Amino acid sequence: MTSHTYSTAKPDEAAAPDSPESGQLDATPLVEVVREARRHLPLDPMKIMECNDVDVYYGAFRAVTSVSLGFGYNEITALIGPSGCGKSTLLRSLNRMNDLIDSARVEGEVTFHGQSIYAKDVDPIEVRRRIGMVFQKPNPFPKSIYDNVAYGPRVTGMKVESMDDVVEEALTRAALWDEVKDKLKQSAFGLSGGQQQRLCIARTIAVRPEVILMDEPCSALDPIATSRIEDLMVELRQDYSIIIVTHNMQQAARVADRTAFFTALADEGTGDRTGLLVEFDLTTKIFSAPSDERTENYISGRFG
Amino acid sequence: MASLGSLATVPLKAKREGDKNAKSIVFVGLLWFAVLFAVLCLAVLLIDTFLDGRTRLDGNLFTRYTSEVIPETAGARAAILGSALVIVLTAAMAIPLGVAAGIYLEEFADSRRWYNRIIEVNLTNLAAVPAIVYGMLTAGVALSIGLPRRIVLCGAIALALLILPVIILTTREAIRAVPQEIRQGSLALGATPLQTVWRQTLPSAVPGIATGSILALSRALGEAAPLLLLGGLVFVNYDPNGLFSGYTVLPIQIFNWAQQSQLAFQQVASAAIMLMLVLLLIMNTLAIIIRNRYQKRW
Repeated sequence: MTSHTYSTAKPDEAAAPDSPESGQLDATPLVEVVREARRHLPLDPMKIMECNDVDVYYGAFRAVTSVSLGFGYNEITALIGPSGCGKSTLLRSLNRMNDLIDSARVEGEVTFHGQSIYAKDVDPIEVRRRIGMVFQKPNPFPKSIYDNVAYGPRVTGMKVESMDDVVEEALTRAALWDEVKDKLKQSAFGLSGGQQQRLCIARTIAVRPEVILMDEPCSALDPIATSRIEDLMVELRQDYSIIIVTHNMQQAARVADRTAFFTALADEGTGDRTGLLVEFDLTTKIFSAPSDERTENYISGRFG
Repeated sequence: MASLGSLATVPLKAKREGDKNAKSIVFVGLLWFAVLFAVLCLAVLLIDTFLDGRTRLDGNLFTRYTSEVIPETAGARAAILGSALVIVLTAAMAIPLGVAAGIYLEEFADSRRWYNRIIEVNLTNLAAVPAIVYGMLTAGVALSIGLPRRIVLCGAIALALLILPVIILTTREAIRAVPQEIRQGSLALGATPLQTVWRQTLPSAVPGIATGSILALSRALGEAAPLLLLGGLVFVNYDPNGLFSGYTVLPIQIFNWAQQSQLAFQQVASAAIMLMLVLLLIMNTLAIIIRNRYQKRW
């Protein structure tokens, strides 16, 4: 263990959108909130997680190579790039979900509050509890809505005064409470796709993680459901650091504070495609004045 | 654009005769014959058995013991109780072991290890081993450790060994059918792999496991071969009263009766066959109901 202690205090308030409207998102268009937030973004924010020269391998195949990247406190960081560029692979190595694949191996260092999450004495279970994940396809458990949300606190042995309150809070924060409060005991499978995805977000929030990883959370949803999730992300940004992989560049442009652009290089001999980080910067900069030609080609739709 | 226009003017082909020509009709006829033949044979067998045994489908069949001298009132009481006891014991041994082994192989075993691969290959082979081999194995082991082999416990052990591979394979199938997303969702919330199995994977797999287990048990219920070696084939006119009691089971009782020359024995054998068929039908129906009602569609 390093001597690092986890502080519960919020980081630099200036980094968060501290406008009076921020509590009432419904009244403020998403665009405004994001624009306001972006005005306050520091150039070099406090990092909650960092990748230092990270390579991810599947067996002998290198899926991602030498990624160095920092994720700011209470910021939304988007990972974009063409298919097969290793964004999802990188995301899964940030909370050790890659451990579940026998052949996967991570080299380099991934830190959380400065502590390496792949260190020998670190419990992957604890890593996954504190760095939550929302998946591409909504994956509610075959249980009631209530039990879906209560599952995390139960299995992690969270000490709670009232599970009902935990469930209500999580569902409220995920903007789902009003829609489901009268049918908490019903199966989560009865919800629409968008509702299921918000339930999965509520489920993740319920274990009080510090970082939420989202792996193309809207790719299975219609535009209305997508826009609700995006609103939600911007709202959650006040309390969580969010890292999102998305195929949808507009989505990154709409919600992300910073954006990392990845691309894939094909090995001439084997044809294997290895992902690498091309450019990482403020979203506004990536989408208006990217410094790398490949980024510009991608965002202007010339390839990918 | 011109080529597109000319393409559109090609008329759609007229419907051909399709299945109406002589060859097709003969072929379909053959298929029908195959089905009819199978169903007819079964029907004849059932009806014949029923006609033979109908006079003996009475209370005596359930309440009386077998008899060597008065076949007219002989019953299968000892065999029914014996079958029930042996099957319950078989289930109690085979299901927990089989499910645990299935969970291990599917969720925890590293399939790259040579010993796990050997186990996998052999499981499939074991499921095809003739039943009598399990009887011989159990008899041999019982003999070598000084256990009497003609007892309920040995019979149940042989049957449990017989259906164990089937239950393991069924469990693995059922567990494999649970989507990976569910496991990942659970693990991503900070659940341990064991919690994930216990609270997500296994509950979702229970219907499949139950269906497979019931079908395996119904096979064990109808099995006579291994028990021939393990004491099922004796004259039993008492209730089995424990693990170390002598016993007989329905299929062996039927075998015993059917060997006798008197007509009355043939009749009671037929009645007992009807009883066993009904039991098997009930078990298989139960398995289908469980499968249809509780099977999750992901």
